[in-house]
Amino acid sequence: MADPLVIARDLHKSFGELVAVGGIDFEVRRGEVFGFLGPNGAGKSSTMKMIGAVSPISGGSLSVLGMDPAVDGPRIRARLGVVPQDNNLDEELTVYENLLIYGRYFGLPKKVIDPRIDELLTFTQLDERRKSRVEPLSGGMKRRLTIARGLINTPEMMILDEPTTGLDPQARHLLWDRLYRLKQEGVTLIITTHYMDEAEQLCDRLVIMDKGRIVAEGSPRSLIEQHSTKEVLELRFAVGTQEEHAHRLEGMAVRTEILPDRVLLYTHDADRSFDEVHAAGIVPESTVSRRATLEDVFLHLTGRSLVE
Amino acid sequence: MTALAPTGRVIEASARVYRRTFRGSVMSTFLNPVLFLLAMGVGLGKLVDSGAGGSTLPVDYLTFLAPGLLASTAMTTAAGDASFPVMAGIKWRKTYEAILATPVGVGDLVAGHLGWIALRLTFVTLVYAGVMTAFGATSVVEGLLAVPPAVLTGIAVAAVVTAYTARLKDEMGLSSLFRWAITPLFLFSGTFFPVSQLPGWMHPVAYATPLFHGVELCRGIALDLPSAVSPWASLGYLVAMLALGWVLAERLMRKRLVK
Repeated sequence: MADPLVIARDLHKSFGELVAVGGIDFEVRRGEVFGFLGPNGAGKSSTMKMIGAVSPISGGSLSVLGMDPAVDGPRIRARLGVVPQDNNLDEELTVYENLLIYGRYFGLPKKVIDPRIDELLTFTQLDERRKSRVEPLSGGMKRRLTIARGLINTPEMMILDEPTTGLDPQARHLLWDRLYRLKQEGVTLIITTHYMDEAEQLCDRLVIMDKGRIVAEGSPRSLIEQHSTKEVLELRFAVGTQEEHAHRLEGMAVRTEILPDRVLLYTHDADRSFDEVHAAGIVPESTVSRRATLEDVFLHLTGRSLVE
Repeated sequence: MTALAPTGRVIEASARVYRRTFRGSVMSTFLNPVLFLLAMGVGLGKLVDSGAGGSTLPVDYLTFLAPGLLASTAMTTAAGDASFPVMAGIKWRKTYEAILATPVGVGDLVAGHLGWIALRLTFVTLVYAGVMTAFGATSVVEGLLAVPPAVLTGIAVAAVVTAYTARLKDEMGLSSLFRWAITPLFLFSGTFFPVSQLPGWMHPVAYATPLFHGVELCRGIALDLPSAVSPWASLGYLVAMLALGWVLAERLMRKRLVK
């Protein structure tokens, strides 16, 4: 197997007193989609900036594309594509000009950049916007343009910080499709997200981060298998009555989780648990049975939900 | 073809952005010198030359004013280019963040930014020198000779203003910069009247300002007049200011952008 593209050992990042990343270990392999899942403030973006060789590490060690970011920053950045959390496009310029200027920062000659721009505009479905100024474009288009910009230097590895935050469902699905195609072409992708569905859809492997540390690691499937049952039955009770019912539910499932607004029963068979609940004479206001998700894993490991 | 050095790429990118946005500034580039020379040089000049100015100034007022305005224009242009675009790059549009994700580093970014301002100042002051010549305020050769010291004045100011802007949290500090530094410098550094007209205690203050030295150099060259201080001292002052401002700008920009 090929050498990992990123190797982090006991990686730390602190800003004065504040510890953003408190000692994490991970490896990103060539060709995979690797995810950092966690709530805001978990240290995902700080980690991404260190991998992107724009933010110096505070401790531990980090190797990116076999190089040390502290020494070979420019050489690493030359081979990376970056899609930051904010689009930071030059909104006064046109779509084409944004891509051309960015390509020039990489030192690529115009005769290499121009055909590349044609390809990227087709890839991101922005052909018709080539001559438009960036400012009036929709959020989804700006995001796609930022991705096209990050691809201008034909990077081996792409770093995407919350690629779909703030986008509507259609725009998200289009973006996921494009990212999937990139993976097919062999580009290694590192993404951060606080959306569990995004992580499940895209990531081959991921780490779940919380308060600057990694709390779990694996493929979405294996994480769910390891830390949760296959199915979940959600029960909602009339206001004020959840407490008394919750006690009676214990023992009916592998594990129960009491949230402010509902009770989660972790079970191998949600339908059977539903029957058991009814047989015991417990009548919730509403029930939902579903497959377990990464959200359940996170909830189990940290006692909190991901978004918020 | 080998790739240009990163600093050159930043200059090139700035030029491309400028090509897109130059319309507003090009008017002022050509119009401002005409308006100023008309109003101050010709209009006010008549009054000055027929009054006490005639005996105080060695030349007519328009001739006296023009090289001073050349240096002042370089300063205000530089201050504008080194403040608002820098704030936009750091905070408003965060384009600097995007640039630093490429092989371009903070040192390249600052050098390219100042390099671009130097190019633009050269263009602006050449236009100005042309207008001065057209007004009969100077000869072609002397007008051209006054361009380099004017550009030096501007770029020294630009370096310091860049350093100042790199530390600013928000745009409030930008209006303070123009209100408390650029405008007083513009008015009291010898552009419109000799510093010797100021009360005695203000002379050392005037001598300590960069624009005074810029004005002295430009006027000395354009009019071939003896200046109040040695031109070498003025030159040394501006070069030192540029060097110090550049080092500071890079250091503060790194502190602001690399976290």
